[in-house]
Amino acid sequence: MSTQDRISFGETEERTMLRDTLRRFLSDVYSDEQRNASLATEHGMSSEIWSQLAELGVMHALFDEQVGGLGGHGYDMATVFEETGRAGMVEPLLENAVLAGGLIADLGTADQHALLEQVMSGQHQLAFAHAEPGSRYDMSRVATTVKPDGSGFVLNGRKAVVANGSAAHSLVVSARSAGPDDAEAGISLFLVPADMAGLSMRGYPKIDGGYASEIELDDLKLPGDALLGPSGEAFPAIEARICAAIVAVSAEALGAMETARQLTIEHLKTRTQFGRPIGKFQVLQHRMADMLIEIEQARSAVLNLAAALDGPRPERERHASATKNLIGRVGRLVAEESIQMHGGIGMTQEYALAHFARRLVMVDHEFGDTDHHLERFIAFSQARV
Amino acid sequence: MPTQVDLGEFRNEVREFLRQKLPARISNKVRSGLRMTKADFEEWHAILNEKGWLAVNWPVEFGGTGWTAHQRFIFEDEMCAAHAPRIVPFGLMMLGPVLQKFGSQAQRDRFLPRILNGDDWWCQGYSEPGAGSDLASLKTKAVRDGDHYVVNGQKTWTTLGQHADWIFCLVRTDPDAKPQEGISFLLIDMASPGVEIRPIRLLDGEAEVNEVFFDNVRVPAENLVGEENQGWTYAKYLLTHERTNIAGTGFAKAGLDAVKRIAAQEMTGGKSLAANPLFAARLAQVEIDLMAMETTNLRVIAQVAAGQAPGVESSMLKIKGTELRQQINDLTRRAVGPYAIPFVSEALDEGSNTQPVGPDYAAPVAAQYFNNRKLTIYGGSNEVQRTIIAKQVLDL
Repeated sequence: MSTQDRISFGETEERTMLRDTLRRFLSDVYSDEQRNASLATEHGMSSEIWSQLAELGVMHALFDEQVGGLGGHGYDMATVFEETGRAGMVEPLLENAVLAGGLIADLGTADQHALLEQVMSGQHQLAFAHAEPGSRYDMSRVATTVKPDGSGFVLNGRKAVVANGSAAHSLVVSARSAGPDDAEAGISLFLVPADMAGLSMRGYPKIDGGYASEIELDDLKLPGDALLGPSGEAFPAIEARICAAIVAVSAEALGAMETARQLTIEHLKTRTQFGRPIGKFQVLQHRMADMLIEIEQARSAVLNLAAALDGPRPERERHASATKNLIGRVGRLVAEESIQMHGGIGMTQEYALAHFARRLVMVDHEFGDTDHHLERFIAFSQARV
Repeated sequence: MPTQVDLGEFRNEVREFLRQKLPARISNKVRSGLRMTKADFEEWHAILNEKGWLAVNWPVEFGGTGWTAHQRFIFEDEMCAAHAPRIVPFGLMMLGPVLQKFGSQAQRDRFLPRILNGDDWWCQGYSEPGAGSDLASLKTKAVRDGDHYVVNGQKTWTTLGQHADWIFCLVRTDPDAKPQEGISFLLIDMASPGVEIRPIRLLDGEAEVNEVFFDNVRVPAENLVGEENQGWTYAKYLLTHERTNIAGTGFAKAGLDAVKRIAAQEMTGGKSLAANPLFAARLAQVEIDLMAMETTNLRVIAQVAAGQAPGVESSMLKIKGTELRQQINDLTRRAVGPYAIPFVSEALDEGSNTQPVGPDYAAPVAAQYFNNRKLTIYGGSNEVQRTIIAKQVLDL
């Protein structure tokens, strides 16, 4: 069936149940106070929330059945992350269950897979240390080196803005064994316990919640079994997992848009100026209408990519870039318009909108921004003619 | 789900039909943006009617296809991709459903077959000089006189009225009622004494629309549809009925393909325009939006299939679809560069001896750009649509 003839958009009984369960759980427990409490902890996450998410099977829904999960498809990611985005959840689900955990699932040996059980049960934290100070959004630019060292390896280099780095018990680290800095060939992945000598990090808070780290690898010595997947050929798996991460953050942004929309509608209905609710003013009505239309576009873009995630690479990546470009634009629009229509109160950190506006804008700084993906969409489109 | 139709098979069937039955002469005219004649439309309508595919939104009992919204979407998508002329909507899309829902049996028996067979060309008499977005303020009045109504007033923006045998009109029958409550739906023979039609030439140099004047026109009372003073309800039914194709997704996709073909042939700085990073970026941005809009459109269709009537979604599709199509027209005009300027009307006639000044594809694009400024104005201007959306969600 061609894209045009789709009618179901991935809706199944299981996903409807997952959505309902997660939405109910988060609307019960994940208040603004809970978010602030999560953010006030050392690593920006609540251990209670984290173990409850694990009990609900949210992480299982994001992993493939072959590694003990229950889903792991594009629509599963879209379902889960729309809800976490709607609640403004800051706990590091993406880092654990999509990026580092996903790479372990895709590439790991049976021994390495064993770790995933602890991840899914919420007892083990992961991070993906891939981007570097000079790599910006270029997925294949890896200057960190790996050299043989007896039966093992030695790594040297720096990793940038590693989300959940400081909380992680283990990290998935990329390093280059061959080729120029930006070559797709020659990249390997390693599964690294966080407490290894030779690995040091500086942790810091993110503007949109949670923590990240700058990491230095200084003669980090690893045993031979630390290698994750085939030596020098990790790029296709990295690209595919970043594509899954784009599904996740796009869906998360969609959820955040829905909340920003709801907050803004309430404000327009209740805020009175010049003797009437400001929603009576047509100039604001029309801005609201434009926002609503674009949010529908964002939902469609998320569904398009969720459908393409399990498909062949060129179409998958073309859709990834289309969706991320659109989400970047709409996310910024919704954040800026919501702040503007709120007026002064929209500027305050205390008001709920603040978190959603920050997150919506910062999503554009993860896994490639609007311009990066526009350029990439063009490249993939031209390649298919 | 009302249908078990395999949509992929249906798409293939439509595509095969178009491949076999759409005359190359006609599709070439559509592709080249040449001027369509009344005979062109009638020829194509007759081909569709022979197949039973002309009345796409009529039930089978009236001679329609009985298609689902999804089938209609696919049909329009394939029609556009094959450069088939659009189905002229006034009798088929607009009046037909109103007669089926509110007309008398005699009216249905008399008019519906003639619409299908192409005996009657209908036009729409809604807008007036003083009643555009505020349609309920219309003033054309019909006064009962025995077995007739006597109609006086003026309609405007009457699309393709120059070809029309009949006009369906909103007329005021109760001047004292509230604006929406004194309006009736009347069918008027354009050959009646007192009807005068004058063309309005538009930005594109064409006279696609008209003014229609009524001077003591006597209309048999049997041409009243439904009840007197209920016309607004019928017109509104029309505005909300089956508007799942309002985005014009198929037209946008065909337009995007056309501008890509042009950009591949135009040169700038020694390279093709398609390879120019700025132009490629503008084009890609539109394509990304269109990919999302197509899915938005399909989601609305899925809602209809699940029994939900599209409400505010129609307004969203109208706004997004028309604005995207205008962006595509804008890019097409810019793509041809200086050869957008020559304005040689005769070159747009089929078989004309007048050669276009620049490349063939450049000849119609500026006029098409100007013509399609109408998209965001007609059918309820996009500003009216925005107000509808906001009123619904804000509920103030």
